[in-house]
Amino acid sequence: MSVTSADVRARPERARTRRKPSAGGSKKWVAWAFLAPAAVIIGALIIYPTIDTIAQSFQNESRQFVGVDNYKAITESPRILTAIRNTFIWVVVAPALITGFGLIVAVLTERVSYTTAIRVVLFMPIAISGLAAGVLWRLTYEPDPERGALNVVIGSVVNLVGGPGAYPDATVLPEAPVQETSDGALAARSTVRPGESAEIGLVNVLDEEIPAGATQASEPQASGDSIPVVVWRDFKPGGGEPGVIEEGELGLPGAVVELTDASGEVVATQTTGPDGSVSFSGVGDGPFKAQIAASTFSPGFEGIEWLGSSLVTPALILAFFWMSVGFAVVIIGGGLSALPRDVLEAARVDGANEWQTFRLVTVPLMRPVIGVVFVTLTINVLKIFDLVYVLAPGASQDEANVIGVEMFRTAFSERNFGVGAAVAVLLFILVIPIMALNLRNFRRES
Amino acid sequence: MAIAARTTAENRAERSPRGKRLSDTVARGPLHVFLIGLALLWLTPVVGLFVSSFRTVAAYSESGWWTALTNPRQLTLQPYLELVQNESLWTAVLNTVKISVPASLLVVMIAALAAYAFAHIEFKGRDWIFILVVALLVVPLQMALIPVARLFGLAGIFGTVTAAIVFHVAFGLPFAIFLLRNFFIGIPGDILEAARIDGASELQIFRRLMLPLGMPAIASLLIFQFIWTWNDLLVALVFAPGSSAPLNVYIRSQMRQYGTSIDIIAPGTFISMSVPLLVFFAFQRYFVQGILAGAVK
Repeated sequence: MSVTSADVRARPERARTRRKPSAGGSKKWVAWAFLAPAAVIIGALIIYPTIDTIAQSFQNESRQFVGVDNYKAITESPRILTAIRNTFIWVVVAPALITGFGLIVAVLTERVSYTTAIRVVLFMPIAISGLAAGVLWRLTYEPDPERGALNVVIGSVVNLVGGPGAYPDATVLPEAPVQETSDGALAARSTVRPGESAEIGLVNVLDEEIPAGATQASEPQASGDSIPVVVWRDFKPGGGEPGVIEEGELGLPGAVVELTDASGEVVATQTTGPDGSVSFSGVGDGPFKAQIAASTFSPGFEGIEWLGSSLVTPALILAFFWMSVGFAVVIIGGGLSALPRDVLEAARVDGANEWQTFRLVTVPLMRPVIGVVFVTLTINVLKIFDLVYVLAPGASQDEANVIGVEMFRTAFSERNFGVGAAVAVLLFILVIPIMALNLRNFRRES
Repeated sequence: MAIAARTTAENRAERSPRGKRLSDTVARGPLHVFLIGLALLWLTPVVGLFVSSFRTVAAYSESGWWTALTNPRQLTLQPYLELVQNESLWTAVLNTVKISVPASLLVVMIAALAAYAFAHIEFKGRDWIFILVVALLVVPLQMALIPVARLFGLAGIFGTVTAAIVFHVAFGLPFAIFLLRNFFIGIPGDILEAARIDGASELQIFRRLMLPLGMPAIASLLIFQFIWTWNDLLVALVFAPGSSAPLNVYIRSQMRQYGTSIDIIAPGTFISMSVPLLVFFAFQRYFVQGILAGAVK
């Protein structure tokens, strides 16, 4: 350690004689000289403003005392009440979810050889701003089912189960002898029996929806015990006569035709061929009704409005989850590596399985670290601003509102300092329990 | 993290003699799938933005970014070439540097002085004043915005880069003092006492002993503060709008025409993100140490 300088050593005698009497008095002066810059800045820009904001919350713009009017304004503003409700949801959901998931992932990453690599990837978002995360997730949450990554993933699963129908927009003419059933199928009003036929004419079928192989529709010819059904486009250039299959009107392939019995139960299903016809046989005596199944008209997956007003808060919390899980994993992982290995080994030797070891040994030993992560996340959630401000689009900004954002909006977008100060005080009150907890922990340690 | 890696290695070493290694690997298939899947999931939004930053507005409104992976002809340098000529963007980048560099240096310097006093100089009321610092750790900065805006107005610096710097310094101080004091207090008082007996002044001890010995903590803190101020949006929105606005405020202002400005937003955000990410990857160890010290102590 070569830090002790030459001039320090040069004057040992004088220093020694000077130091003793001055130990009390001038030390205090020296200490304050070191503290002064920080004290002035903290005093002027944190302590004084905190007190002044409390005062402002009882005053109007021109700083006249108005009692609790500003607080009353909070309770009368639906937008601010939404902010309070949302902050409450955030605090209840986000820290617990992130800490719990972080604990599991931290334990799991310990069991593989690429611990560090995984933790770094999960931790990386912590270096990214709330604004950047907002942009990233705006892109991910894109509502268009073709362009939003999340919607494409969900859409591909949904479309596996039931994709879009052949004719999503098709309807029938009002005068047609067809009615819509309660589940969205289009059923012919009259019943059929073997040897009879049914026809259902659709309109509002787009040219591009009709497959290239579609051919001219023709009048169904019933014979024996078969029940032919034709689905056709009841429209041709120039209009045509409604309800009649005419030259130039195409059969509609790919429509799902169902035959239902008197109780409404589906007894047979077929998909129409190129001329729009199907033929049922051997289904019994009936009477039946022919209908085009609702699935033919299903629009398919249209994309979820993640950032629309109903889902915006869960969507924001998910983005915050992405941002913060790495923090939990790294802190808890740091704690795990400091756990006494022999205790865990002893538990395993005593016959505890992995889950028991985790629940009965790891978690209790990790409680202080888990607590720190939970408290840190809680404070971050209470103060959250940029992610919400950037990710929620203008239309759902009110629905996504949280206290941290509301304070900025009231005080600086709307220049209402009185109510803005009251909202700030509200936020301050919410962090006081955490402040008390910090102080208790600190005093216990020292 | 180094410790974690070692214990993992030990665990494996213990198990392999039992001859379970292969079956272990097979049994752990789901674990590997889960963890690697998780990591890929975490990277996807970042990759999405990166790819998007090389696409045009037309491509954006037509298809998802992943289509560019199979059809790389969509990718173009056009958005970046246009950004190069976008003067307001470069002003914003410059403002970001002008705010975050001085703000982080000042916080560290001022906090180091105070932390030294808290850690190694006896004075009356020291513990109580430090408890005040601990209390201030959690004060939301929203609590100070209105009065400080007035104060800066009186001082004639409202709306300037200076205003943002000063505010960042103030709200960075409690954490910085807390972190450095906790580190400094671990430096043995004997060394300092020896220097005092040798006649060194407190300032000399601070400069020649405390700063070099405290370098690991100071480096962590510097990195932290830099990333924190670089990433800020709220403080700049209030105190440094208009011509003093940093990059994040500029990008945010473009968000109003999200769809049509995506060719500015995506590359702009990527620039804004890449600086803290580079710092993060370059100084990862200090960063993690800082987080651990700040959270666990």
